[in-house]
Amino acid sequence: MNPMVMFAEYSAVGIAAGGIYALIALGTVVIFKSSQTFNFAMGEMMMLSAYFFYTAAVTFALGPILGMAAALLASVAMVLVIERLALRPMMGRPFIATVMVTFGIGSIIRGLVGMVWGPSDLQIPAILARSPVIVGGLFIPGKTARAFAIAVAIVGALIAFLRYSRAGIALRAAAADQITAYSMGIDVRRVVAFSWIIAAITGCISGVLMANVNSLTPSLGLVALNVLAVIILGGMNSIGGVLVAGLLIGWLEAVTGWMLGTEFREITPYVLALLILLIRPAGLFGSTEVERI
Amino acid sequence: MAPVSTDRAAAPRIPGWVAGAVLIVALAALPAVVPRYWIYFAGLLGINIIAIHGLNIMTGYTGLLSLGHAAFVGVGAYTVALAQSRLGLPFYLAIPLAGVAAAVMGVGFGLPSLRIRGLYLVIATLAAQFILNFVFVHWQSVTNGDAGLTVQPAILFGYPLNNETRAYYLILFCDVIATVFAINVIRSRVGRAFIAVRERDRTAEVLGVRIVWYKFVAFALGSFYAGVAGGLLAYFNQFVNPEQFGLLLSVFFLSAVIVGGMGSILGAILGAVFMTLLPELLRGGALGIGNTFGFDVSLILVPLRETVFGLLIVGFLILEPRGLARLWKRAAEHLPFGRDRHHPPGSASGAGRQ
Repeated sequence: MNPMVMFAEYSAVGIAAGGIYALIALGTVVIFKSSQTFNFAMGEMMMLSAYFFYTAAVTFALGPILGMAAALLASVAMVLVIERLALRPMMGRPFIATVMVTFGIGSIIRGLVGMVWGPSDLQIPAILARSPVIVGGLFIPGKTARAFAIAVAIVGALIAFLRYSRAGIALRAAAADQITAYSMGIDVRRVVAFSWIIAAITGCISGVLMANVNSLTPSLGLVALNVLAVIILGGMNSIGGVLVAGLLIGWLEAVTGWMLGTEFREITPYVLALLILLIRPAGLFGSTEVERI
Repeated sequence: MAPVSTDRAAAPRIPGWVAGAVLIVALAALPAVVPRYWIYFAGLLGINIIAIHGLNIMTGYTGLLSLGHAAFVGVGAYTVALAQSRLGLPFYLAIPLAGVAAAVMGVGFGLPSLRIRGLYLVIATLAAQFILNFVFVHWQSVTNGDAGLTVQPAILFGYPLNNETRAYYLILFCDVIATVFAINVIRSRVGRAFIAVRERDRTAEVLGVRIVWYKFVAFALGSFYAGVAGGLLAYFNQFVNPEQFGLLLSVFFLSAVIVGGMGSILGAILGAVFMTLLPELLRGGALGIGNTFGFDVSLILVPLRETVFGLLIVGFLILEPRGLARLWKRAAEHLPFGRDRHHPPGSASGAGRQ
């Protein structure tokens, strides 16, 4: 096949895969904006949600639609428990201590999933059609393309929600200036809990999509650590930047996988993250939150 | 009328160095007393103590969180394996070289983000964890991939340290040096600068502490300790492969620093003891329960470890951020040893905050 066509096809597949990265990253950024907490457990939350879906849809035979509803409810409940028990006591403690707590939560979830569901691959019910999608002569695997479409729809809805709803405005106010938000009558604690719920929802959807495109294993959560690179590249507090970066990293992974061999895919995001730290630590679109010392 | 505190002050005080010397003599006599299986554990514990001292200097004292400590231990282990097979270096050169190699690697990964505050260094260390492990697995011609490399025992004056007991003495020797050196660094101007950087970096800078330089020193020193621990591990196991240095080991080291008590030398040792014994206790407990109820628990041992390590990190950070060292000091108030003359019990000292 013509290498240019191959390149275009790999690029399209990569960008489509990047849509899910953007969705996961969005959840992380919303938490970061509301509470200055960086959630290292995002990947594991996402992975656990996919197992919730599996349990509801397959073990309890609820089917994909009720299964998804049950998974969303379970994810929100899980996140509220985590936020209340582990993160609220850490309010006002050093940033790095909170980061370690989220890292510990990730380890707990990884272990629990391994104990309950075991290390082997599980097949979740296909909610995405397999038939390939052809865009402008480019051939894109059906699941990847449809997952991308869903991710874009969710991201769009979420941005509109943050922009226009009361809760979204409260969240942005708390992100801009916590003290002022408090004095204007915004309950910042509820805003923080609310941002965790948003992260649970984006995590649940992206987890189910990822498990559909790949397969369901406990290592699904580690794949999402790639998203860290997305966040660094996009700028920690820029939603738009993170969306662009998600697509860019998905593209880069696919293209390096094609050109250097698939094993290089797994470290591409990390190499990129280090390069960004070296060249432009604020990311592509981040504000000057980066403090040099 | 005498104040209440005098009867405590009148209790005989044993200086720290006497207690330390007694401990070293006792540890040196250990192989004569306990079974060989225990000596294996004591050796492993000794190696963990060195690695955890390193992470404690970085994370506990200077506030630089590293999620890639296991990878730097791995760099040390591979350095020893290669220095022995390719260069034929004896252990007393190979182990310091392992430390230097890990320090160079650590600084290489850490340098871009040491000049920025916040999360960036954490991500750089996580990147180091994955990239270095990738190199261990995929640089076939040097590391022999997943199959790993074998290491010959260290030879001291023509005398091979080829069993647990002989290797134990080498490890004990390194532990004494590592601990004494760490204590002295922390007491020095450098150590006070580390703590100042952790607590109030802006204030420290105003007072003339070169923050970036001291972060750099702490990171290099911590990675050096990791490399030495890795080098000893290579001689101890006589085998190096990538699987030994995964993310779970980094979580293990972080748990040990937090459980022991961040920013405390005693804490690093207590954390190492606790965390080295814990997997064995978990294994024993799980096997016991499995045998009683008749199911196979061997598959859940690794996830069980992950869960418990995570619970310890979260639990100690929320409930007792100063860790076992703090609990130990509280208990020691009632004993003649272990009392700190410079900081009477109960007074808030700067070390160990966070």
